[in-house]
Parts: sequence; C-alpha cells; structure tokens
Amino acid sequence: MDAAKLAYMANQIARNFDAIGHDKAALATADHIDKFWDPRMKADGFRILDNDPDLLGPAAKRALETLREGHDPAPQTRATEFNAVNEGGRSDAG
Amino acid sequence: MTYERQKDFGTPEVLSETQVTLSIDGREVTVPAGTSVMRAAAECGGSIPKLCATDNVKAFGSCRLCLVEIEGRKGTPASCTTPAEQGMIVATQTPRLEKLRRGVMELYISDHPLDCLTCSANNDCELQDQAAAVGLRDVRFGYDGADHLGAPTDTSNPYFDFDPSKCIVCSRCVRACDEVQGTLALTIDGRGFASMVSAGQTTDDFLSSECVSCGACVQACPTATLQEKSVKEIGKPERSVVTTCAYCGVGCTFRAEMRGEQLVRMVPWKDGKANRGHSCVKGRFAWGYANHADRITSPMVRESIHEPWREVSWVEALEFTAGRLRTIREESGPRALGGITSSRCTNEETFLVQKLVRAGFGSNNVDTCARVCHSPTGYGLKTTFGTSAGTQDFDSVMHSDVVLVIGANPTDAHPVFASRMKRRLRQGAKLIVIDPRRIDLVRSPHIAAAHHLALRPGTNVAVLTAMAHVIVTVGLVDETFVAERCEADAFEEWSRFVAEERHSPEFLQDVTGVPAQTLREAARLFATGGNGAIYYGLGVTEHSQGSSTVMAIANLAMATGNIGRPGVGVNPLRGQNNVQGACDMGSFPHELSGYRHISDGDVRSLFEQDWKVTLDDEPGLRIPNMLDAALDGSFRAIYIQGEDILQSDPDTRHVAAGLAAMDCVIVHDLFLNETANYAHVFLPGSTFLEKDGTFTNAERRMQLVRKVMEPANGMQDWEVTQALANALGLGWDYTHPSQVMDEIARLTPTFAGVSFDRLEAEGSLQWPVNEAFPDGAPVMHEAGFVRGKGLFVVTDYVPTDEKTGPRFPLLLTTGRILSQYNVGAQTRRTANVVWHEEDVLEVHPTDAENRGLKSGDWVRLASRKGETTLRAKVTDRVAPGVVYTTFHHPETQANVVTTDYSDWATNCPEYKVTAVQVAPSNGPSDWQENYAELSGRSRRIAPAEPAE
Repeated sequence: MDAAKLAYMANQIARNFDAIGHDKAALATADHIDKFWDPRMKADGFRILDNDPDLLGPAAKRALETLREGHDPAPQTRATEFNAVNEGGRSDAG
Repeated sequence: MTYERQKDFGTPEVLSETQVTLSIDGREVTVPAGTSVMRAAAECGGSIPKLCATDNVKAFGSCRLCLVEIEGRKGTPASCTTPAEQGMIVATQTPRLEKLRRGVMELYISDHPLDCLTCSANNDCELQDQAAAVGLRDVRFGYDGADHLGAPTDTSNPYFDFDPSKCIVCSRCVRACDEVQGTLALTIDGRGFASMVSAGQTTDDFLSSECVSCGACVQACPTATLQEKSVKEIGKPERSVVTTCAYCGVGCTFRAEMRGEQLVRMVPWKDGKANRGHSCVKGRFAWGYANHADRITSPMVRESIHEPWREVSWVEALEFTAGRLRTIREESGPRALGGITSSRCTNEETFLVQKLVRAGFGSNNVDTCARVCHSPTGYGLKTTFGTSAGTQDFDSVMHSDVVLVIGANPTDAHPVFASRMKRRLRQGAKLIVIDPRRIDLVRSPHIAAAHHLALRPGTNVAVLTAMAHVIVTVGLVDETFVAERCEADAFEEWSRFVAEERHSPEFLQDVTGVPAQTLREAARLFATGGNGAIYYGLGVTEHSQGSSTVMAIANLAMATGNIGRPGVGVNPLRGQNNVQGACDMGSFPHELSGYRHISDGDVRSLFEQDWKVTLDDEPGLRIPNMLDAALDGSFRAIYIQGEDILQSDPDTRHVAAGLAAMDCVIVHDLFLNETANYAHVFLPGSTFLEKDGTFTNAERRMQLVRKVMEPANGMQDWEVTQALANALGLGWDYTHPSQVMDEIARLTPTFAGVSFDRLEAEGSLQWPVNEAFPDGAPVMHEAGFVRGKGLFVVTDYVPTDEKTGPRFPLLLTTGRILSQYNVGAQTRRTANVVWHEEDVLEVHPTDAENRGLKSGDWVRLASRKGETTLRAKVTDRVAPGVVYTTFHHPETQANVVTTDYSDWATNCPEYKVTAVQVAPSNGPSDWQENYAELSGRSRRIAPAEPAE
C-alpha cells in the first residue's frame, strides 16, 4: 500500500497521543496498530522503516520498530481492551 | 392480525404515583390522579362518544359529545377535560346525555356530505361511528342551510389530500401539528362558521406551507378530511402487521396496513417505545421505492464491467460468483477477499455476512458503514465510559433541563426524536446548539436556543475543551460525582490540562470563531442548569479528530455529573436504522460479535467450534484500506450488501479506482446503485417489508421486523447470503432468521437473553439482555460505569491538515435533509423528490456577493480532489467562509470533492471539512459528464436470448 499514506496514518495516530509523552505515545501507537491494522498494512509499515524512514515521526517510527521486533504490546488505552470470551460489558459500536 | 383501529383512550396517559378510584356506570376503576374521566372510562372497557379528543394530544373540550353526568355536580361536564377524582360517581349513558349528544351530532352532520358509501373512509370514520353511537336517525335542521360542501380539495401534498368539505373543525390536526410534531404549521383560520383548517398563510397550500408532511394530522383526523391518497386509490386496509422502519436510527415502529399483498399505508404504532405513535415523512410515506420500476428482481452477471448485464438464474449467478471467489482465493489467498455488511439490513443478515466473510472467504476483511459515520463514537465512548452505546432511551429527554446539541441536525436527520426534544424545549428546557450552520432547532416556533455556538468547521475539540476550561476554572465541577465515579489520577491530569490558559475561550476564540463570552455562558448553563443531556451526530464524528471530540464530550458529561440517570447522558444520534446492530453483530474487521477481539484465542475457539472452521487471527481491512489494497492488487473481491460506497464514501474518484481494480465486485441491493457500475455480479435484494429479522436502534433497542409481503426477488436477504455461502460449500441450513438470532445469543454474552419469542412477547428489549440485566437496560451506567470508573482523557486540539488557502478559501461541510435519506437510493424513488429534487449549495450572502452569485445559479464547487456543479442557494444559515451541501443525488456526487483525510483512530472520513472554491458555472464538470456516460453504459442489460 502507498507508503506516504500509511506513514501519514501512523503519524496521525502518534500525534494524537502526543500529550501523554513520547514513550507512552509510541507504545500506545504500537498497541493501536497491532489491534486495528491488517497484516499487509503492518508489513508495509515495516518496509517504510527500511525504505522511507524519514516519512515517520519519532513516535510512529518507534511504534513500528516495537512491533517489528515482535513485541506484543499490552493494551495502552481502554479502546484496545476487549471483552474476554464470556464477557459482555465492553462495546466499541460505531 | 385482522384490521382494527388502534385503541384510542381519548386523552394522554398520566404518570402519577397517587391513584384514585371512581365509579363509571357502576364499574369501579382505579387510575393515576389527573387522568381524565374519558380515559378512566376507556381503561375499564367503556367508550364515551368523542370527536375532538384523541390520546396523543391534550384534551380540548370543543366537540361537546363526550358529556357525562357526575353525581353531586351541576350540568354535564366534558369527560375529556374533567379529571377523575376519588369517589366520583359518573354516568356516561343517560336519556339526558343521549339527547344532548344527538343534538350535537345533528349540527355536525347538517354540514357534512352524506356520501358515506362512496367515501374512502367508509367504515373507517370516527364521525360515522359516533353518529351510530349516539343513535342519530334524523337531522332536524335539514341540509338547505349554508354549508362548506363546495370547498375545494387541496391535493398539493403528494401523499395526502385535504378536503375541507368533510372537516368538522375539531382541531385535532392543528393540535397534532403543535403538540406531537412541534412544527405549528396548521391553524384554524377565521371565526364561527368561517372557521377552517389552514396550512400557513392564506396564500399557501399544504405543499407550500411549513408543513413537514409527518402525517400526524392525517393520523389525527377523525374523518376523510385529511387522508392518504393511497387509501383512496387502494381502499381500506384489511389487515395490519407491526414492523420496524428501515430509515434512520430512531427505529420507529409502524403498523403496515395491508389490503391483500398491497401496502395501503404505514401508521405509527402507538405502543412503539421509540416513536410513541409518531413518524416522519420518510417512515410514514416514503415506501413507494419498494415497487419502483427501477427495482431489479433477477440476478445478473457480466464478465467485465465494460459489458452489459446478463440476467441469469439464481443457480447460474451463485455458481458464477462462487467460481470467481474460489479462483481469487486460490490465486491470492483469503485475505484478497472481503465484504461490507449493511446497516440497513437486519441483525441476522449482518451476522451472516460477517460469518460468510470470516468462515467462508477465510479473512477478517469485513466492515460496515459505521466506519464512515459513528466509528469514532465506538472508540471515544469505549475509552471513557468503557462501553460505546447511547447512554439513554429517547424518553429520557423529557427529564432534561439543558439540552446540548452538537454536530447534529435532529429535525432533519432524526425527526421523530426531534419532535420529542422540541416538546421538552417548549416546556422550558434550555438549548445550546454547537454547529457551523443555523440549524432549524436554533430558532423555530416557541423554541429559541439560549446559545448558538457557530464554530468554524474542524474546531469541535477546541470548543469543548474551552467549555471544560470554564467549568474547571470557575469551580463548576461536580466533585462528588467525579470522586465517586471517575478515575482520580486521570481527572487530575485532565483538569490541569484544560485549565491551561491556552484552552481558555479567550485564547481560542480566533481559532474557533466562537466569541469567548458566548462560550463561557454556554458552559455555565450546561454545568449549572440541572439535568444536562448531550446529543450529537456526524458533525462530531466525521472529522480527523472525531474520536477526540467524542472523548471531549464524555469528559464534559462526567465533569458535570451528567451520567447515569434519566434526563442526562451522552447520546450519539445514529444515522441508519441498524447501525448499532451492525456493529453489535461483529461487522468490524478486528472483532467478533459482542466486541471480542479476533486475536483472542478463546474467542476464536468458541466460534471455530460452533462454525467448524479455522479463523484468521489477524484484524482485517477497513473499508478505506480495502480500496487502497485493491489499488496495489492485494485485495480483489468484495461482497457488498445494501451499501452504495461509490456515492456515500469520500473521494469518489479514489473509490471508483479501487472498485475498478477489483476482479469480483458483488453488489447485493434493491437497485443498480452507483457502486454497481463497477460490479460483476448483481444479487437482487429484498426490502424491509419483505423480510423477518430484528433492527437495533440508537437506544440499543432491539425490535422485530416482520415480513408483510413476499420478496419480489424471491428470497429474503439472509437467504441470498445463505445461498452464496452454500455455493461455497458451507452447508448452512437456517430456515428462519430466529435461528440466526439463537446462534447470536448462544455465542454472544450481551445477547444471551434475546430471542424472537421474547421480542414477540415484550415488543422490544434494550441490550444488554443477560444474567446481569435480564430485562435489558434503558439507562446505562446508573450505579457505576460498565467497566470500572469513568476515565477522563486529555484531548489535545490538533488542527486538520485540510487547510484553506488562496485557491480553496472556503470550507465545505455536508449533511442531510429531512425528505431524503443517505444516498437517496430509496427516497429519490418516491414522491419525496418534490421537496428536494437536487442537491444545492448553501452559500453565505457575503461569499455569494464576492463571487457574483445569486440563488439558483449554477456554480462550480472545486476542491483539491475534484469538482462538481450544482445550484447555489444564498442564505445566512451558513457562516461567512462556510458552504454546505447534501449528498443525496448521484448527478451531483458531492463526494467527488471530499478528501481522504480521516479520523486518526478509526479512519472515519472527514466529510465535514473540505477546503473548496466556488465559482459561477455554465454546465456540468468533466467528471459529471464522464460519469453520466459511464453510468448509462454500465446499466445496460442485454436482452434475453430467445428460447431454442
């Protein structure tokens, strides 16, 4: 997928976490991408790290690096906490 | 059920904890104090003659037919205006009353055409019934006096006629317009004998007046004075079936009144808890699309989108489709396939589509139109409250003291709820509107917003944070609520953040365009005015900071303690009839039904055992990502049920390119919609009148949809999806949607207690319905938030990257109009086009003057993405620098100019902010001309080959 577009998406996520500080923002961005991006988007995101790293801001770059290193980030926001198999309390109905 | 009128108790229900017991014709009856004698009589099975009384408007006491005698009281009081009292002894049938009533009825009938046998209301007329009830046998006054029998009929409204010769001037229509609809379009013109119902000014007819054609007057009319044209054309209904409307997220229930297989009329169901017997012009009248000539009822296929369509049998269509899907899956893997569920289809149908994608296609590439409307609501409310859903039922607004409407236009988009809201506002609740446009609610009869914050599009977060700044810095926080119900650390961090000077109204007013003093007053009112309720729509969500805005709204509600009881809350007004349900059913690519993530092995295992397949453990693509992936060749096939993404999604040229790049586009719909221009398979769909199932409205209210006629295409939509699944070898064997609901309940804890039998018995259920909430939950978060404590979230204002500049100096925002719905596929195929036959561009007089424009001129609307032409309407409803249009008509294709900027968290498109330029034009844009040519070419259907 288009590298500039994917990088924009990653940067946009990171920018909206800016207020919580770089390290937390990077982790929250990684968590967000992990929970909501399709595998090909993640793979293309990793390719940006190699081919077009300048497209990425610091937090977005760190987030993609974290995921590429194989880390499975724990939920950083309630938005990425989901019901367990027998739970029914949460909802992210749009 | 056979046809009979809905029971009418004469006067509205009274809610009182005090009960009184009285005797009516020797029968004891106990009713809430304040109940009328008329209603008390009806409650115990009696029937006092009446004409001007009906139970959805206040008692009027004008017809004098409902007179009664009360022991110990002089005279014969009207039972409709007389409250029942403890120990009262009432007689409703005495010789004196009979004589009086006959006299009254003689006067009515002396000025009424005696054409009962040829009248379209024959045997369905209250005047006729009451004449019989009072034993009228003669009219002593004769019929030679002055009368109104020659008064001309007003046929201007496309759906109903007004025949004043049959009018008894009972004012029920006027009162229904006032009290139920709240438009106040009707009045009684003249005095005495000249009294006559009038719509608007004397020069107006119904169509040119302010009437919004909700039909409340027609429903209220006791004669054939105001009557549906369809009744005149088809005849009196013979049976009725209660079902649920398929337009907006209010979820009105109706009686579909039938004559044979023909729908005669839709009448709001008085027992419907979402609409309480009211309706709008779409739900009541705009159902003619079901039989429109454009409807396609046979499957069609074509090898390429450049060929004409070829009508084929269901077997051939399904084999063709399954063959293509298999080939693509073998060549490119399962992740090259996906689908889109429909928020207009039933819960059961959306569940089956996502099941087909996950279990049949083998990917999680399933999404729904919530992606482009309320997905930020999901993210924002889940983050702050732990769960995303409207926190209230619609009745809650009647307990509100301050109503804050932000980014919503309820009178156009959710009109039946808007009528309820307007009723509360007329009772004295205060209104704050935050919207770039002066929507109708800002000033309408007997309603004036206390504050209208006409903000600059794209600055919602800044405005809400500034309101929070006022509440925190002035000391208006509900400290008790916050201490008991919210995370303390998060609140401290948030309150420090919003208290910073850079979030003050004074600092931000140049950004938002909202005067600081106005914003301060609005914030104070919301925090101190009593029960404060927030209602919002797509003007909140369809921004690059849509999710942040939702969280800012939740912050405001928590800070002021406005959560967890009637009259308060955070209420997303959902756009489509079943957008809530579509989300609940697992339509998002990252989760299965019940909001359980696809990466959770236990969750997958539950479904894998039930469905006997192995599921992909990675999230799938969202709709915009599917289109991006199509362009790079990794996404090749899509099954789209009941959505028209070419017209509804942003950046039309990008959508078109994505669809054109795919090798198998399957459109399952009623019509050859715009998306079908790029389709290889067309599977004909069924209307809501032709299917069984359930819809879930914006209150989380699950209601039955009942089939009232056979599907014109031969199959309900769930049957089509099942046939496609079986063509792929899945072996599904559902015989009724209730079995799908049983599966949903079995696999989804939130719906564990839901079944068709239960819905049949109880009318509706508001989820969750399970062990913890066996009867559902009208108001959420009453004792505590569903998940732990409320979480304040810092929402930093990040301006959109869509910037105005010299080339594109204006901001375009888009929305809906009352008479049309979404892409107009249904409403454009009804008489609703008389109110809105084309999209127009609202331009402020200053901007129009600078460009030499006047109303009616053709203008070119251009953005960085594309351009279109449409007519201008010069109006100060929009602020200088802002233009507005709707997206109902494919000839305009408003989304040719919108961009692919989207919400940071959910990819919900930023429809509400596009930098544009407007200039005079003398013809369609190149895009429009090319698209018209493509559209015509793509809709060709090859003539059937003659049989050998």
